[in-house]
Amino acid sequence: MTAMTTAPGAPVRERFEPALMRRKFTGTIFYGACLGAIGILFIALLMLLYDVLSRGLPWLDPDFISGVPSRRPERAGILPALVGSLQLGIIVGILTFPTGVAAAIYLSEYAKDNRLNRALRTNISNLSGVPSVIYGIFGLAIFVRALGFGFTLMAGALTLTLLILPVVIIASLEALKAVPDAQREGAYALGASRWQMVKGTLMPAAAPGIMTGIILAMARAIGETAPLILVGAFTFVTFLPNPIEGGYTVLPIQVYQWAGRPQPDFQGISAAAIIVLLVLMLVLNALALIVRIRLSRHIQW
Amino acid sequence: MDVESPGAPMREPSTSGVGPAIRIAAAGERQAAERTERETVIELQDLSCYYGSFRAVRNVSLQIKKQQITALIGPSGCGKSTLIRTVNRMNDLVPGYHTEGRLLLDGQDLYGKDVDPVAVRRRVGMVFQKPNPFPKTVWENVAFGAKINGYKGDMDELVERSLRRAALWDDVKDKLKQSGMALSGGQQQRLCIARTIAVEPEVILMDEPCSALDPRSTLQIEELMAELKREYTIVIVTHNMQQAARASDTTVFMTMGDDRAGYVVEQAPTVEIFTNPRNQLTEDYVSGRFG
Amino acid sequence: MTAQGRPLTRERPFSERIIEALLFAAASIGVLTTIGIVGVLAFETFEFFREINPVEFFTGTVWSASIRPFAWGVLPLVTGTLLVAFIALVFAIPLGLLSAVLLAEYASPRLRNVVKPILETIAGIPTIVLGFFAINFVTPNLLKPIFQNDIGTFSALAGGIVVGLLITPLIASISEDAMSAVPRGMREGAYAMGATKWEVVRKVVFPAAVSGIMASVILAMSRAIGETMAVVLAVGTNPQLTLDPRESIQTMTAFIVQISLGDTSQGSVQFKALFAVAAVLFTTTLALNLISNRIVSRFRTAY
Repeated sequence: MTAMTTAPGAPVRERFEPALMRRKFTGTIFYGACLGAIGILFIALLMLLYDVLSRGLPWLDPDFISGVPSRRPERAGILPALVGSLQLGIIVGILTFPTGVAAAIYLSEYAKDNRLNRALRTNISNLSGVPSVIYGIFGLAIFVRALGFGFTLMAGALTLTLLILPVVIIASLEALKAVPDAQREGAYALGASRWQMVKGTLMPAAAPGIMTGIILAMARAIGETAPLILVGAFTFVTFLPNPIEGGYTVLPIQVYQWAGRPQPDFQGISAAAIIVLLVLMLVLNALALIVRIRLSRHIQW
Repeated sequence: MDVESPGAPMREPSTSGVGPAIRIAAAGERQAAERTERETVIELQDLSCYYGSFRAVRNVSLQIKKQQITALIGPSGCGKSTLIRTVNRMNDLVPGYHTEGRLLLDGQDLYGKDVDPVAVRRRVGMVFQKPNPFPKTVWENVAFGAKINGYKGDMDELVERSLRRAALWDDVKDKLKQSGMALSGGQQQRLCIARTIAVEPEVILMDEPCSALDPRSTLQIEELMAELKREYTIVIVTHNMQQAARASDTTVFMTMGDDRAGYVVEQAPTVEIFTNPRNQLTEDYVSGRFG
Repeated sequence: MTAQGRPLTRERPFSERIIEALLFAAASIGVLTTIGIVGVLAFETFEFFREINPVEFFTGTVWSASIRPFAWGVLPLVTGTLLVAFIALVFAIPLGLLSAVLLAEYASPRLRNVVKPILETIAGIPTIVLGFFAINFVTPNLLKPIFQNDIGTFSALAGGIVVGLLITPLIASISEDAMSAVPRGMREGAYAMGATKWEVVRKVVFPAAVSGIMASVILAMSRAIGETMAVVLAVGTNPQLTLDPRESIQTMTAFIVQISLGDTSQGSVQFKALFAVAAVLFTTTLALNLISNRIVSRFRTAY
């Protein structure tokens, strides 16, 4: 039996060295690092905004918005690009809404839980991770060439629709999942068929989430550049586009074209175009918020 | 009208019933006299219910009489909800669910070939345990079922009529455009009842309709049920014995067997079940010895 | 409207069948798209390999598609892409994880309402704007002062930094989900033994959430590899096999854009090269996404 080195009754606590102060200090340092990380991100955001605004605001005037691009920066305007972006956004929204929601409704309400349908879901999840250029290449091969749309706004809109469709489907699935089963049962108990339940109860209940998802996806489509370059959006367009016939451009491509010129004036109008683009996206985000609030005024779950 | 579980002993008449909680005597005797004249609306013939290969309810034979309130009581998990949801084919929504035996509504087998569950639910309505009004206005909630079923008449008139019969009209008559979900719990449940009767079913099934409500709302619903039975047949599942004793005309007692399947022990006029049950298990349950 | 008059048998209306068919068709668009993408890429890549030796493509170290003499070794484009992605991850992993820890462990509701919008805003910036930021701010104001003459107007570093900014919210949000999914019981056990908050994070939460965090990093890497506009302005058009971040290089995505902006005719070998490079890009990102999904589904079922 080993002899006790301390007398019985002496506190055992002395064998531990908690070093509480040091450990807490380390903790505080890392908390500081976390805040620092956010600080860096925040500052980066601010620097970006500052850079864009300081370069672009001087060039932003009504002539800029209503004018057409020109070889001289002082006379350049973004009207064709702005109109192109708006047309594109609207067409994409119109195409995506029925398709994306229909697909989500099928997967959520009609599809039995079997391998085929699980594969459909995984497939959609994979598609949402495919780089946007790949969609551009696909659009080039199929819409521009094989289906003969040529380098038109429609081809661009179809390409972007495919790009954002997985995002819309996933957002719609989430919105549908959030509706409690009791709502579905209530409709069935009144003698509704599946489609009557979907149309009369489920879609109104899931509408806030679905509409928000679509509007945000439209905002994303408006910010896309690479796929449109691949399907032939032009970079120097001085006329207003017609969706069916050829020739169009959009804001991000205009930004890209001007930013590629070394002269500071071109950087300036590029920044001004960025401001217009960001404002457009801000408007869409605000719209999404308003739509969500308005549509969920009756919902309380 | 008794179904005894095989092997259960017959008991002697009891001198101690479930006393003061029940309004007995006069109402019960009157009902006993009228009972034989009521026709059968729903008949279950040797019905068993399966979730996949698991039998949840075994060999039930019952008759539900027209324009009466039949209460289904028993300990939790004994299959009461399964049974009642079978009547309006709600369990069809559960994958793997199937039945054996027959379930007749006015003589027609509801699980027959070619019978569409949607059509069944237009004649057999259901009110759920937790009130589930739609996130629409009060008006739209009541009109919903009628619209789906192709009601061609004056909708405003139907909405008002249904709300009156559900004893909700005075509460909501100037709030018709407000959200149905903004009402109190008891009001929401009455709204659910109103939208059910707007479709004019024959039978109204109620799956523990008051268990999520406060006592005052519960009493209001029970009074409403007494009114409603003049036009509709009502079947109510309840785990509240006092409620069954107060509100129902006939009571069915179910319990779970050793094979975990529910079965019907006894069906009798409510008064008899609570004062003079024929089966020992029934007496044990109603006097609180289990469940 | 008597109930008894209603028949129990009901011919399922034709319209219901049509509706279900339409819904199924919509859901199938996804599969059709995938098949289409794979088909198009495979076909054109095959055509490319009829002209160009696949061995040269996959092992060659020089890529010159527009300037004679032509060379078709894809490695410079691949290393360019990976270099940018690596730089991006070097910035994004610490920033993203620290943000995730902040959100999951430390943040009060008020702080959340500040942090989350910052991350969501960054995630929502159109990538061309980030490219603009790279050439107009990052290169002149950050890189030039540090590296002086060792760095040019185009560099992998400039592209890598802004792509890092872009993918930080991705790492942050998925890692935050992973950390929040760690059961409270685990943390409480550690606290009860006298651990400090940071120790709980480092020794309990992190290890438990590690698969989710790894999945987020892989997904972010995939995103960085597929990124186009943020790099196309900043890194240049100089495909070369190098690991020096100060060099100007070309990524696979930038090459694809370059070709489509130029005057390339449909049957030309440059045009087919576009598809071949796209095929490499697609396969890489798909593989990474599948790996990430596999890890995610495993951690979702772990609790």
